[in-house]
Amino acid sequence: MPHMIQTFSAEETMSLGRQIGRVLTPGMILGLRGDLGTGKTCLVKGIAEGLGIASETITSPTFTLVAEHYRGRVPLYHIDLYRLEGVEDEELGYEEYLFGQGVAVIEWFPFLPNDVRDSLAEYLLIAVEYGEGDRRTLTLTPYGERYDQLVTQICRESKKRGC
Amino acid sequence: MPSQKDLTVLGIESSCDDTAVAVLRGRCILSNIVSSQDSVHGPYGGIVPELASRQHIQNALPVLDAALEQAYITLDAIDGIAVTAGPGLVGSLLVGVSLAKSLAFAKNLPFIGINHLEGHLLAAQIEHGVDFPFLCVLVSGGHTSLYLARDWGLYQRLGATRDDAAGEAFDKGAKMLGLGYPGGRIIDELAKAGRHDAIRFPRARIKKAKYDFSYSGLKTALRQFLASPERERHAQADIAASYQEAVVDPVVDTTIRAAHDLNIGRVVVSGGVSANSRLRQRMVEAGEQNDFRASFPSLKLCTDNAAMIAFAGAWRLAAGQRSGLDLNASAVLPLENV
Repeated sequence: MPHMIQTFSAEETMSLGRQIGRVLTPGMILGLRGDLGTGKTCLVKGIAEGLGIASETITSPTFTLVAEHYRGRVPLYHIDLYRLEGVEDEELGYEEYLFGQGVAVIEWFPFLPNDVRDSLAEYLLIAVEYGEGDRRTLTLTPYGERYDQLVTQICRESKKRGC
Repeated sequence: MPSQKDLTVLGIESSCDDTAVAVLRGRCILSNIVSSQDSVHGPYGGIVPELASRQHIQNALPVLDAALEQAYITLDAIDGIAVTAGPGLVGSLLVGVSLAKSLAFAKNLPFIGINHLEGHLLAAQIEHGVDFPFLCVLVSGGHTSLYLARDWGLYQRLGATRDDAAGEAFDKGAKMLGLGYPGGRIIDELAKAGRHDAIRFPRARIKKAKYDFSYSGLKTALRQFLASPERERHAQADIAASYQEAVVDPVVDTTIRAAHDLNIGRVVVSGGVSANSRLRQRMVEAGEQNDFRASFPSLKLCTDNAAMIAFAGAWRLAAGQRSGLDLNASAVLPLENV
Protein backbone atom coordinates (compact mmCIF):
# COMPACT_ATOMS: atom_id res chain seq x y z
CA MET A 1 0.00 0.00 0.00
CA PRO A 2 1.36 3.47 -0.83
CA HIS A 3 2.35 5.56 2.14
CA MET A 4 2.52 9.35 2.06
CA ILE A 5 4.93 11.45 4.08
CA GLN A 6 5.10 15.24 4.08
CA THR A 7 8.28 17.18 4.63
CA PHE A 8 8.46 20.91 5.24
CA SER A 9 12.05 21.67 4.27
CA ALA A 10 15.06 20.25 2.43
CA GLU A 11 16.52 19.32 5.85
CA GLU A 12 13.43 17.25 6.63
CA THR A 13 13.60 15.50 3.26
CA MET A 14 17.21 14.65 3.99
CA SER A 15 16.32 13.41 7.44
CA LEU A 16 13.66 11.12 5.96
CA GLY A 17 16.37 9.87 3.58
CA ARG A 18 18.56 9.05 6.58
CA GLN A 19 15.78 6.95 8.08
CA ILE A 20 15.38 5.09 4.80
CA GLY A 21 19.13 4.57 4.48
CA ARG A 22 19.39 3.07 7.96
CA VAL A 23 17.04 0.19 7.17
CA LEU A 24 18.25 -0.69 3.65
CA THR A 25 19.92 -4.04 3.07
CA PRO A 26 22.22 -5.29 0.25
CA GLY A 27 20.54 -5.82 -3.12
CA MET A 28 17.69 -3.38 -2.54
CA ILE A 29 16.44 -1.15 -5.34
CA LEU A 30 14.87 2.29 -4.89
CA GLY A 31 13.30 4.12 -7.81
CA LEU A 32 12.83 7.90 -7.51
CA ARG A 33 10.31 9.93 -9.47
CA GLY A 34 9.79 13.68 -9.38
CA ASP A 35 10.18 16.90 -11.35
CA LEU A 36 13.36 18.94 -11.64
CA GLY A 37 14.14 20.62 -8.33
CA THR A 38 11.88 18.53 -6.10
CA GLY A 39 14.85 17.32 -4.07
CA LYS A 40 15.64 13.83 -5.31
CA THR A 41 19.39 14.29 -4.93
CA CYS A 42 18.74 15.80 -1.49
CA LEU A 43 16.85 12.65 -0.51
CA VAL A 44 19.75 10.55 -1.79
CA LYS A 45 22.18 12.58 0.36
CA GLY A 46 20.08 11.52 3.35
CA ILE A 47 19.93 7.89 2.24
CA ALA A 48 23.73 7.94 1.88
CA GLU A 49 24.14 9.23 5.43
CA GLY A 50 21.83 6.47 6.63
CA LEU A 51 24.16 4.01 4.95
CA GLY A 52 27.18 5.61 6.61
CA ILE A 53 28.39 7.58 3.58
CA ALA A 54 29.28 11.29 3.93
CA SER A 55 26.58 13.34 2.22
CA GLU A 56 29.14 15.82 0.78
CA THR A 57 30.34 13.08 -1.54
CA ILE A 58 26.87 12.75 -3.06
CA THR A 59 26.49 15.03 -6.08
CA SER A 60 24.14 14.83 -9.03
CA PRO A 61 25.18 11.94 -11.31
CA THR A 62 23.19 13.33 -14.25
CA PHE A 63 26.27 13.59 -16.46
CA THR A 64 28.23 10.65 -15.17
CA LEU A 65 25.07 8.45 -15.14
CA VAL A 66 26.31 6.40 -12.18
CA ALA A 67 28.27 7.20 -9.05
CA GLU A 68 29.53 4.32 -6.95
CA HIS A 69 30.08 4.86 -3.23
CA TYR A 70 31.88 2.25 -1.18
CA ARG A 71 32.58 4.03 2.10
CA GLY A 72 29.38 2.96 3.89
CA ARG A 73 28.15 -0.25 5.49
CA VAL A 74 26.65 -1.24 2.11
CA PRO A 75 27.81 -0.03 -1.35
CA LEU A 76 25.56 2.64 -2.86
CA TYR A 77 25.02 2.81 -6.61
CA HIS A 78 23.57 6.24 -7.34
CA ILE A 79 22.09 6.12 -10.83
CA ASP A 80 20.52 9.00 -12.77
CA LEU A 81 18.56 8.32 -15.95
CA TYR A 82 17.76 11.98 -16.78
CA ARG A 83 19.85 11.84 -19.95
CA LEU A 84 18.36 8.54 -21.03
CA GLU A 85 14.83 9.75 -21.70
CA GLY A 86 13.46 7.89 -24.70
CA VAL A 87 16.35 5.42 -24.91
CA GLU A 88 14.50 2.11 -25.12
CA ASP A 89 16.29 -0.59 -27.01
CA GLU A 90 19.89 -0.06 -25.97
CA GLU A 91 21.78 -2.58 -23.90
CA LEU A 92 22.65 -0.30 -21.07
CA GLY A 93 24.32 -2.74 -18.72
CA TYR A 94 22.36 -2.01 -15.54
CA GLU A 95 22.62 -5.59 -14.33
CA GLU A 96 25.75 -5.20 -12.23
CA TYR A 97 24.12 -2.33 -10.36
CA LEU A 98 20.57 -3.67 -10.05
CA PHE A 99 21.50 -7.19 -9.13
CA GLY A 100 24.73 -6.52 -7.24
CA GLN A 101 25.77 -6.43 -3.61
CA GLY A 102 24.91 -2.80 -3.09
CA VAL A 103 21.84 -0.64 -2.82
CA ALA A 104 20.77 0.90 -6.14
CA VAL A 105 19.03 4.27 -5.98
CA ILE A 106 17.73 5.35 -9.38
CA GLU A 107 16.77 8.96 -10.09
CA TRP A 108 14.37 9.51 -13.02
CA PHE A 109 13.18 5.93 -12.59
CA PRO A 110 10.37 6.34 -15.20
CA PHE A 111 13.10 6.59 -17.88
CA LEU A 112 14.19 3.03 -17.17
CA PRO A 113 13.57 1.03 -20.36
CA ASN A 114 10.36 -0.99 -20.06
CA ASP A 115 11.99 -4.37 -20.42
CA VAL A 116 14.46 -3.56 -17.65
CA ARG A 117 11.65 -2.43 -15.37
CA ASP A 118 9.69 -5.56 -16.19
CA SER A 119 12.66 -7.62 -15.10
CA LEU A 120 12.52 -6.08 -11.62
CA ALA A 121 10.34 -8.28 -9.45
CA GLU A 122 10.56 -6.09 -6.37
CA TYR A 123 11.52 -2.51 -5.60
CA LEU A 124 10.46 0.59 -3.70
CA LEU A 125 9.16 3.54 -5.70
CA ILE A 126 9.39 6.98 -4.11
CA ALA A 127 7.54 9.82 -5.82
CA VAL A 128 8.49 13.34 -4.74
CA GLU A 129 5.99 16.10 -5.45
CA TYR A 130 5.98 19.85 -4.96
CA GLY A 131 3.73 21.36 -2.31
CA GLU A 132 3.43 24.95 -1.08
CA GLY A 133 6.83 26.64 -0.85
CA ASP A 134 9.42 24.21 0.48
CA ARG A 135 6.89 21.50 1.26
CA ARG A 136 7.17 18.16 -0.46
CA THR A 137 4.99 15.09 -0.50
CA LEU A 138 6.84 11.79 -0.72
CA THR A 139 4.79 8.76 -1.69
CA LEU A 140 6.41 5.41 -0.91
CA THR A 141 4.98 2.57 -2.99
CA PRO A 142 6.38 -0.90 -2.25
CA TYR A 143 6.41 -3.62 -4.90
CA GLY A 144 6.93 -7.03 -3.30
CA GLU A 145 6.72 -8.30 0.25
CA ARG A 146 10.27 -7.39 1.16
CA TYR A 147 9.50 -3.76 0.35
CA ASP A 148 6.13 -3.85 2.21
CA GLN A 149 8.13 -4.64 5.31
CA LEU A 150 10.67 -1.95 4.46
CA VAL A 151 7.97 0.73 4.22
CA THR A 152 6.43 -0.41 7.50
CA GLN A 153 9.86 -0.16 9.08
CA ILE A 154 10.51 3.31 7.64
CA CYS A 155 7.13 4.58 8.85
CA ARG A 156 7.63 3.15 12.31
CA GLU A 157 11.03 4.87 12.51
CA SER A 158 9.70 8.15 11.18
CA LYS A 159 6.85 8.19 13.73
CA LYS A 160 9.28 7.40 16.52
CA ARG A 161 11.40 10.35 15.49
CA GLY A 162 8.38 12.57 15.21
CA CYS A 163 8.81 13.29 11.50
CA MET B 1 63.61 8.91 -22.75
CA PRO B 2 63.81 12.28 -24.56
CA SER B 3 62.59 15.45 -22.87
CA GLN B 4 58.93 16.38 -22.77
CA LYS B 5 59.13 18.71 -25.75
CA ASP B 6 60.44 16.00 -28.07
CA LEU B 7 58.15 13.21 -26.93
CA THR B 8 55.45 11.88 -29.22
CA VAL B 9 52.67 10.64 -26.94
CA LEU B 10 49.49 8.78 -27.79
CA GLY B 11 46.64 9.86 -25.49
CA ILE B 12 43.54 7.73 -24.88
CA GLU B 13 40.42 8.90 -23.03
CA SER B 14 37.17 6.99 -22.44
CA SER B 15 35.96 8.11 -19.02
CA CYS B 16 32.44 9.19 -19.98
CA ASP B 17 30.44 9.55 -23.21
CA ASP B 18 33.22 10.09 -25.68
CA THR B 19 35.98 7.86 -26.91
CA ALA B 20 38.95 10.06 -27.72
CA VAL B 21 42.46 9.49 -29.05
CA ALA B 22 45.11 12.12 -29.73
CA VAL B 23 48.72 12.34 -30.81
CA LEU B 24 50.82 15.06 -29.23
CA ARG B 25 54.45 16.01 -29.94
CA GLY B 26 55.68 18.45 -27.31
CA ARG B 27 52.99 21.12 -27.28
CA CYS B 28 52.01 20.41 -30.88
CA ILE B 29 48.70 18.61 -31.34
CA LEU B 30 49.15 16.31 -34.34
CA SER B 31 45.62 14.95 -34.01
CA ASN B 32 42.77 15.13 -31.51
CA ILE B 33 39.84 12.88 -32.39
CA VAL B 34 36.65 12.69 -30.33
CA SER B 35 34.08 10.04 -31.28
CA SER B 36 30.89 12.04 -30.75
CA GLN B 37 31.88 14.61 -33.34
CA ASP B 38 31.73 12.09 -36.14
CA SER B 39 29.19 9.55 -34.98
CA VAL B 40 25.45 9.28 -34.85
CA HIS B 41 23.79 11.89 -32.69
CA GLY B 42 21.27 10.73 -30.11
CA PRO B 43 18.31 12.31 -28.37
CA TYR B 44 20.45 14.21 -25.92
CA GLY B 45 22.31 16.07 -28.63
CA GLY B 46 25.48 14.04 -28.20
CA ILE B 47 25.98 10.34 -28.51
CA VAL B 48 23.60 8.12 -26.60
CA PRO B 49 25.30 7.74 -23.24
CA GLU B 50 25.70 4.17 -22.16
CA LEU B 51 26.36 2.60 -18.85
CA ALA B 52 27.81 -0.29 -20.78
CA SER B 53 31.11 0.06 -22.52
CA ARG B 54 29.82 -1.31 -25.82
CA GLN B 55 29.90 2.05 -27.58
CA HIS B 56 33.48 2.64 -26.47
CA ILE B 57 34.51 -0.81 -27.69
CA GLN B 58 33.01 -0.04 -31.10
CA ASN B 59 34.66 3.38 -31.21
CA ALA B 60 38.12 2.58 -29.87
CA LEU B 61 39.90 1.19 -32.92
CA PRO B 62 38.32 3.48 -35.56
CA VAL B 63 39.14 6.52 -33.40
CA LEU B 64 42.71 5.25 -32.86
CA ASP B 65 43.15 4.74 -36.61
CA ALA B 66 41.76 8.19 -37.36
CA ALA B 67 44.10 9.80 -34.82
CA LEU B 68 47.18 8.08 -36.27
CA GLU B 69 46.11 8.81 -39.82
CA GLN B 70 45.48 12.48 -39.15
CA ALA B 71 48.86 12.73 -37.44
CA TYR B 72 50.49 11.06 -40.47
CA ILE B 73 52.31 8.55 -38.32
CA THR B 74 52.23 4.90 -37.33
CA LEU B 75 52.51 3.37 -33.87
CA ASP B 76 56.24 2.93 -34.51
CA ALA B 77 56.70 6.69 -34.19
CA ILE B 78 55.02 6.81 -30.76
CA ASP B 79 57.32 7.17 -27.72
CA GLY B 80 54.76 6.47 -25.02
CA ILE B 81 51.08 6.08 -24.19
CA ALA B 82 48.94 7.98 -21.70
CA VAL B 83 45.47 6.80 -20.75
CA THR B 84 42.73 8.08 -18.46
CA ALA B 85 42.59 5.71 -15.46
CA GLY B 86 39.84 7.60 -13.58
CA PRO B 87 37.61 9.06 -12.35
CA GLY B 88 34.69 7.93 -14.49
CA LEU B 89 32.56 4.94 -15.30
CA VAL B 90 34.66 1.85 -14.67
CA GLY B 91 33.27 -0.05 -17.66
CA SER B 92 34.04 2.85 -19.96
CA LEU B 93 37.47 3.52 -18.48
CA LEU B 94 38.46 -0.12 -18.84
CA VAL B 95 38.07 0.05 -22.62
CA GLY B 96 40.70 2.80 -22.85
CA VAL B 97 42.94 1.22 -20.24
CA SER B 98 42.82 -2.18 -21.99
CA LEU B 99 43.59 -0.56 -25.35
CA ALA B 100 46.55 1.29 -23.85
CA LYS B 101 47.88 -1.85 -22.20
CA SER B 102 47.57 -3.92 -25.37
CA LEU B 103 49.38 -1.31 -27.45
CA ALA B 104 52.07 -0.83 -24.81
CA PHE B 105 52.61 -4.58 -24.55
CA ALA B 106 52.58 -5.24 -28.29
CA LYS B 107 54.89 -2.33 -29.17
CA ASN B 108 56.95 -2.49 -25.98
CA LEU B 109 56.13 1.13 -25.15
CA PRO B 110 56.10 2.86 -21.77
CA PHE B 111 52.63 3.83 -20.66
CA ILE B 112 51.03 5.71 -17.80
CA GLY B 113 47.58 6.03 -16.24
CA ILE B 114 46.42 9.64 -15.94
CA ASN B 115 43.81 11.28 -13.76
CA HIS B 116 41.21 12.82 -16.08
CA LEU B 117 41.16 15.96 -13.93
CA GLU B 118 44.91 16.52 -14.33
CA GLY B 119 44.23 16.56 -18.07
CA HIS B 120 41.68 19.37 -17.64
CA LEU B 121 43.98 21.28 -15.30
CA LEU B 122 46.89 21.22 -17.71
CA ALA B 123 44.87 21.73 -20.92
CA ALA B 124 45.62 25.45 -20.96
CA GLN B 125 49.37 24.70 -20.80
CA ILE B 126 49.30 23.19 -24.28
CA GLU B 127 48.39 26.48 -25.94
CA HIS B 128 49.30 29.23 -23.49
CA GLY B 129 52.06 27.88 -21.28
CA VAL B 130 50.54 29.30 -18.06
CA ASP B 131 53.14 29.63 -15.30
CA PHE B 132 52.63 27.90 -11.96
CA PRO B 133 51.04 28.51 -9.53
CA PHE B 134 47.61 29.05 -11.01
CA LEU B 135 43.97 28.49 -10.12
CA CYS B 136 41.90 26.29 -12.38
CA VAL B 137 38.14 26.64 -12.46
CA LEU B 138 36.69 23.53 -14.04
CA VAL B 139 33.11 24.17 -15.14
CA SER B 140 31.26 21.62 -17.25
CA GLY B 141 28.19 19.42 -17.34
CA GLY B 142 29.71 17.07 -14.80
CA HIS B 143 32.09 19.32 -12.85
CA THR B 144 32.17 22.61 -11.03
CA SER B 145 35.34 22.74 -9.02
CA LEU B 146 38.21 24.98 -8.12
CA TYR B 147 41.80 23.69 -8.06
CA LEU B 148 45.12 25.15 -7.10
CA ALA B 149 47.97 23.93 -9.30
CA ARG B 150 51.26 24.68 -7.54
CA ASP B 151 53.52 22.86 -9.95
CA TRP B 152 53.58 19.82 -12.23
CA GLY B 153 51.84 17.10 -10.24
CA LEU B 154 51.13 19.32 -7.23
CA TYR B 155 47.42 19.97 -7.22
CA GLN B 156 44.93 20.73 -4.52
CA ARG B 157 41.16 20.77 -4.76
CA LEU B 158 39.93 23.89 -3.01
CA GLY B 159 36.24 23.31 -3.53
CA ALA B 160 33.56 21.70 -5.66
CA THR B 161 29.83 21.58 -6.15
CA ARG B 162 27.77 19.92 -3.44
CA ASP B 163 25.03 18.91 -5.88
CA ASP B 164 24.60 20.00 -9.52
CA ALA B 165 27.36 21.17 -11.84
CA ALA B 166 27.08 24.58 -13.54
CA GLY B 167 26.53 23.01 -16.96
CA GLU B 168 23.80 20.87 -15.51
CA ALA B 169 22.19 23.96 -13.96
CA PHE B 170 22.17 25.53 -17.43
CA ASP B 171 20.73 22.45 -19.14
CA LYS B 172 18.05 21.82 -16.55
CA GLY B 173 17.17 25.51 -16.30
CA ALA B 174 16.78 25.65 -20.08
CA LYS B 175 14.55 22.62 -19.94
CA MET B 176 12.34 24.26 -17.31
CA LEU B 177 12.19 27.38 -19.47
CA GLY B 178 11.19 25.24 -22.45
CA LEU B 179 14.30 26.22 -24.39
CA GLY B 180 15.62 22.84 -25.49
CA TYR B 181 19.15 21.51 -25.87
CA PRO B 182 22.01 22.43 -25.63
CA GLY B 183 20.68 24.54 -22.80
CA GLY B 184 23.88 26.40 -21.98
CA ARG B 185 24.32 27.78 -25.46
CA ILE B 186 20.63 28.73 -25.85
CA ILE B 187 20.54 30.57 -22.52
CA ASP B 188 23.80 32.34 -23.41
CA GLU B 189 22.32 33.60 -26.70
CA LEU B 190 18.93 34.55 -25.27
CA ALA B 191 20.51 36.30 -22.28
CA LYS B 192 22.34 38.75 -24.54
CA ALA B 193 19.00 40.49 -25.11
CA GLY B 194 17.98 40.40 -21.45
CA ARG B 195 18.70 42.18 -18.17
CA HIS B 196 20.95 40.33 -15.75
CA ASP B 197 19.36 42.03 -12.74
CA ALA B 198 15.70 41.65 -13.73
CA ILE B 199 15.07 38.86 -11.22
CA ARG B 200 17.09 38.09 -8.13
CA PHE B 201 17.69 34.34 -8.01
CA PRO B 202 19.48 32.95 -4.94
CA ARG B 203 23.25 32.39 -4.77
CA ALA B 204 24.17 29.63 -2.38
CA ARG B 205 27.05 30.03 0.06
CA ILE B 206 28.22 26.98 1.93
CA LYS B 207 29.03 27.41 5.57
CA LYS B 208 32.55 26.32 6.53
CA ALA B 209 33.44 25.53 2.89
CA LYS B 210 34.01 28.87 1.25
CA TYR B 211 35.13 27.47 -2.11
CA ASP B 212 32.23 25.04 -2.55
CA PHE B 213 29.25 25.54 -4.86
CA SER B 214 25.59 24.55 -4.82
CA TYR B 215 23.04 24.88 -7.60
CA SER B 216 20.12 22.72 -6.47
CA GLY B 217 18.47 25.64 -4.63
CA LEU B 218 18.68 27.76 -7.79
CA LYS B 219 16.86 25.09 -9.77
CA THR B 220 14.08 25.01 -7.19
CA ALA B 221 13.94 28.83 -7.11
CA LEU B 222 13.52 28.94 -10.89
CA ARG B 223 10.72 26.43 -10.67
CA GLN B 224 8.95 28.46 -8.00
CA PHE B 225 9.40 31.63 -10.02
CA LEU B 226 7.99 30.02 -13.17
CA ALA B 227 4.94 28.86 -11.24
CA SER B 228 4.34 32.32 -9.78
CA PRO B 229 2.28 35.18 -11.32
CA GLU B 230 5.54 37.15 -11.33
CA ARG B 231 6.59 35.27 -14.44
CA GLU B 232 4.12 37.05 -16.68
CA ARG B 233 5.79 40.36 -15.92
CA HIS B 234 9.16 39.31 -17.32
CA ALA B 235 10.39 38.60 -20.83
CA GLN B 236 11.98 35.20 -21.42
CA ALA B 237 15.31 36.94 -22.19
CA ASP B 238 15.28 38.66 -18.78
CA ILE B 239 14.63 35.37 -17.01
CA ALA B 240 17.42 33.68 -18.98
CA ALA B 241 19.87 36.53 -18.27
CA SER B 242 19.02 36.60 -14.56
CA TYR B 243 19.28 32.85 -14.25
CA GLN B 244 22.59 32.84 -16.10
CA GLU B 245 23.87 35.50 -13.74
CA ALA B 246 22.98 33.30 -10.77
CA VAL B 247 24.98 30.43 -12.29
CA VAL B 248 27.97 32.60 -13.23
CA ASP B 249 28.15 34.75 -10.06
CA PRO B 250 29.29 32.04 -7.62
CA VAL B 251 31.96 30.82 -10.06
CA VAL B 252 33.41 34.33 -10.45
CA ASP B 253 33.04 35.31 -6.79
CA THR B 254 34.64 32.11 -5.52
CA THR B 255 37.53 32.53 -7.94
CA ILE B 256 38.11 36.12 -6.79
CA ARG B 257 38.04 35.00 -3.15
CA ALA B 258 40.53 32.20 -3.76
CA ALA B 259 42.84 34.42 -5.83
CA HIS B 260 42.86 36.94 -2.96
CA ASP B 261 43.24 34.41 -0.16
CA LEU B 262 46.08 32.55 -1.84
CA ASN B 263 47.59 35.52 -3.65
CA ILE B 264 47.46 33.91 -7.09
CA GLY B 265 47.76 35.98 -10.27
CA ARG B 266 46.74 33.45 -12.91
CA VAL B 267 43.41 31.74 -13.48
CA VAL B 268 42.54 29.10 -16.06
CA VAL B 269 38.87 28.53 -16.86
CA SER B 270 38.35 25.09 -18.35
CA GLY B 271 35.45 22.74 -19.12
CA GLY B 272 32.59 23.10 -21.59
CA VAL B 273 30.89 25.92 -19.67
CA SER B 274 33.99 28.11 -20.16
CA ALA B 275 32.45 28.78 -23.59
CA ASN B 276 29.72 30.83 -21.89
CA SER B 277 30.21 34.43 -23.04
CA ARG B 278 28.95 36.01 -19.81
CA LEU B 279 31.31 33.88 -17.71
CA ARG B 280 34.22 34.89 -19.95
CA GLN B 281 33.33 38.57 -19.76
CA ARG B 282 32.81 38.54 -16.01
CA MET B 283 35.99 36.54 -15.36
CA VAL B 284 38.14 38.85 -17.49
CA GLU B 285 36.65 41.91 -15.74
CA ALA B 286 37.15 40.30 -12.34
CA GLY B 287 40.77 39.70 -13.26
CA GLU B 288 41.30 43.31 -14.28
CA GLN B 289 39.84 44.53 -10.99
CA ASN B 290 41.55 41.95 -8.81
CA ASP B 291 44.99 41.56 -10.36
CA PHE B 292 44.73 38.15 -11.95
CA ARG B 293 44.89 37.13 -15.55
CA ALA B 294 42.19 34.77 -16.78
CA SER B 295 42.89 32.45 -19.70
CA PHE B 296 40.60 30.12 -21.56
CA PRO B 297 41.83 27.09 -23.48
CA SER B 298 40.15 26.65 -26.87
CA LEU B 299 36.91 24.71 -26.66
CA LYS B 300 38.36 21.54 -28.21
CA LEU B 301 40.76 21.34 -25.28
CA CYS B 302 38.13 22.38 -22.71
CA THR B 303 35.69 19.56 -23.33
CA ASP B 304 36.68 15.91 -22.84
CA ASN B 305 39.56 15.14 -25.17
CA ALA B 306 42.67 12.96 -25.34
CA ALA B 307 45.21 15.69 -26.21
CA MET B 308 45.09 16.89 -22.60
CA ILE B 309 45.63 13.30 -21.41
CA ALA B 310 48.62 12.93 -23.75
CA PHE B 311 50.00 16.23 -22.43
CA ALA B 312 49.60 15.20 -18.78
CA GLY B 313 51.22 11.90 -19.71
CA ALA B 314 54.13 13.52 -21.51
CA TRP B 315 55.64 15.28 -18.51
CA ARG B 316 55.19 12.21 -16.33
CA LEU B 317 56.75 9.89 -18.91
CA ALA B 318 59.63 12.34 -19.40
CA ALA B 319 60.11 12.32 -15.62
CA GLY B 320 60.46 8.55 -15.78
CA GLN B 321 57.06 7.68 -14.33
CA ARG B 322 55.44 4.47 -15.57
CA SER B 323 52.35 2.39 -14.87
CA GLY B 324 52.54 -1.38 -14.74
CA LEU B 325 50.42 -3.72 -16.83
CA ASP B 326 48.40 -4.27 -13.66
CA LEU B 327 47.03 -0.69 -13.89
CA ASN B 328 43.37 -0.61 -12.94
CA ALA B 329 40.58 1.83 -13.71
CA SER B 330 39.09 3.68 -10.72
CA ALA B 331 35.63 5.20 -10.60
CA VAL B 332 36.75 7.50 -7.82
CA LEU B 333 40.23 8.96 -8.09
CA PRO B 334 41.08 12.09 -6.09
CA LEU B 335 43.55 14.28 -7.96
CA GLU B 336 45.77 14.70 -4.93
CA ASN B 337 46.62 11.00 -4.96
CA VAL B 338 48.02 10.83 -8.47
